[in-house]
Amino acid sequence: MSVLVLAEHDGRALKPATLNTATAAVRLGGPVNLLVVGQGVGAVAEAAAQIAGVAKVLVADDAAYAHPLAEVLAPLVVSLADGHAAILAPATTTGKNVLPRVAAVLDVQQISEITAVLSADTFVRPIYAGNALATVQSKDALKVITVRTTAFDAAPATGGAAEIVTVSAAAAPSAVSAFVGQELAVSERPDLTAARIVISGGRGMQSGDNFHLLEKVADKLGAAVGASRAAVDAGFVSNDLQVGQTGKIVAPELYIAVGISGAIQHLAGMKDSKVIVAINKDEEAPIFQVADYGLVGDLFVELPKLSAALPSP
Amino acid sequence: MKALVAIKRVVDYNVKIRVKADQSGVETANVKYSANPFDEIAVEEAVRLKEAGVVSEVVAVSVGPAAAQETLRTALAIGADRAILVQTDDEVQPLAVAKILKHLAEAETPDLVILGKQAIDDDSNQTGQMLAALLGWAQGTFASKVVVEGGKVLVTREIDGGLETVALTLPAVVTTDLRLNEPRYASLPNIMKAKKKPLTVVPVAETGVDVAPRLTTLKVEEPAKRSAGVKVADVAALVDKLKNEAKVI
Ligand SMILES: Cc1cc2nc3c(=O)[nH]c(=O)nc-3n(C[C@H](O)[C@H](O)[C@H](O)COP(=O)(O)OP(=O)(O)OC[C@H]3O[C@@H](n4cnc5c(N)ncnc54)[C@H](O)[C@@H]3O)c2cc1C
Ligand SMILES: Cc1cc2nc3c(=O)[nH]c(=O)nc-3n(C[C@H](O)[C@H](O)[C@H](O)COP(=O)(O)OP(=O)(O)OC[C@H]3O[C@@H](n4cnc5c(N)ncnc54)[C@H](O)[C@@H]3O)c2cc1C
Repeated sequence: MSVLVLAEHDGRALKPATLNTATAAVRLGGPVNLLVVGQGVGAVAEAAAQIAGVAKVLVADDAAYAHPLAEVLAPLVVSLADGHAAILAPATTTGKNVLPRVAAVLDVQQISEITAVLSADTFVRPIYAGNALATVQSKDALKVITVRTTAFDAAPATGGAAEIVTVSAAAAPSAVSAFVGQELAVSERPDLTAARIVISGGRGMQSGDNFHLLEKVADKLGAAVGASRAAVDAGFVSNDLQVGQTGKIVAPELYIAVGISGAIQHLAGMKDSKVIVAINKDEEAPIFQVADYGLVGDLFVELPKLSAALPSP
Repeated sequence: MKALVAIKRVVDYNVKIRVKADQSGVETANVKYSANPFDEIAVEEAVRLKEAGVVSEVVAVSVGPAAAQETLRTALAIGADRAILVQTDDEVQPLAVAKILKHLAEAETPDLVILGKQAIDDDSNQTGQMLAALLGWAQGTFASKVVVEGGKVLVTREIDGGLETVALTLPAVVTTDLRLNEPRYASLPNIMKAKKKPLTVVPVAETGVDVAPRLTTLKVEEPAKRSAGVKVADVAALVDKLKNEAKVI
């Protein structure tokens, strides 16, 4: 039996999350089929066929799939479930939106955000904001799973030669939802969830304008910029930068937390980073309990010093 | 129009979670419980829609033990009109919760069901999407803005890349994100009033839903602990450590 992976892409390119999910799929055993859904996604399918370990790329290219609406994607995925032992998607906002809808129709209890595959039916997943790790065994014949991408290495993007197979669009239900518009954050910086280095600011930054101090350091390091919930709620930066239990989960090689106290909900999103640096004026701040290197000081003094001390890229 | 709001009783977000020594779960005896924060946001949104004259009745529902009545009283104090507890002491996983909510939705015929995007205990982020699937309704997940107009609900969603707006035909399911609203503190008079609002208790068996868990928890462990590292004296020392010790820059 094969494993089906719902590929994440933006219409032009595959998102790195797809590669991590492919690795989780390989661990489940059996051939891995990658499903690319969208409109005008020929190039994405070509790229998907190169991923090492992928047997087949299923492409559903149709105007109905111009936007990844759960109401139209779910019936397609459901129509392809037959012959698959498991259906996987990365735990991105798209995967989280679509997959439970697929699971419910198939009468399967989804397993959310797995961090390890122990066997074909047993998985590890964090609960309580990552303060506990549950090992769960599924009794469902078919498994429906979202994957925490930071827990799995990326499959090599090249080296594979998968067959590309066109699949027809599933009968769409009468249109109950429609795409109206989107406001995507544009940034020259690396994607937060895939960056090697992340520097995040919290309430201590005091304003959105002050984030330029952080951005200067980010530019020198080629880092992505993140934020705490407090910084997002206060309107300093947009919601897509939130790191934490209910925001994005990141695990870069280096995470620099600036003016962030270290609430458990924030730690849930970054504590698996390889090296953590904290800059905070309060030496008692809980963030120092998880930081490899702590610098006690005023961020308005330390950040300019830091960007000055770093070489230009 | 009527709004149905799902509220889960969870361990309060401020509680430091401890894993039981026998690895059977987390310590839940003598810890503080509250309404799931996302669900308070859901109630607040429904009550605001009522105050704006869009919604005429707000019904709060919970699936859980008798103690979840307290959680429902919180919703009534915020402004829900009545409450339903589907009572069970057993673990009910998201698919079963969604089936129970579907059963209630069919009886109550709401135009809008509002849920939290995720419960902060099990962190599944599934129930709303599953309910929408079972009902064949549209879903607007991770909402940061909800506008009802002309038989539709416009939902602005927080997505990885930014924001997305979808138009859903009613009836529909909405799940809340953090920035949808800031729930009010219930006033003392409203807390008193809430005690007199109707709260119906339905044994889970009466819903006819099979709630037997599909996932068996084999064990619950503590994650590897990170230990505190060192404090550095200044930026120069920090850069030196990052370059020469950690070798990450
Ligand atoms: C349901 C729920 C979900 C949540 N999800 C998330 C989530 O996903 N992500 C998240 O981050 N939070 C989340 N939170 C919020 C979390 O509990 C904290 O409130 C939040 O992380 C605090 O952000 P902060 O550290 O920026 O602010 P604060 O806790 O206010 O900390 C600010 C820090 O800045 C320091 N500081 C101030 N000025 C300076 C200066 N000049 N120089 C140096 N340091 C300075 C202070 O010493 C302090 O430590 C959630 C909460 C709930 C209830
Ligand atoms: C080891 C372990 C042991 C457990 N034991 C028990 C137990 O003994 N008893 C028990 O009750 N649970 C128990 N649970 C929790 C139970 O498994 C979860 O409640 C269930 O899986 C739902 O997941 P979720 O709440 O994360 O759903 P999510 O999909 O994250 O919830 C999203 C939204 O759905 C709504 N919702 C979810 N659940 C309910 C509900 N019950 N009532 C009303 N609205 C709801 C809320 O609006 C919520 O914001 C246990 C979990 C674990 C990991």
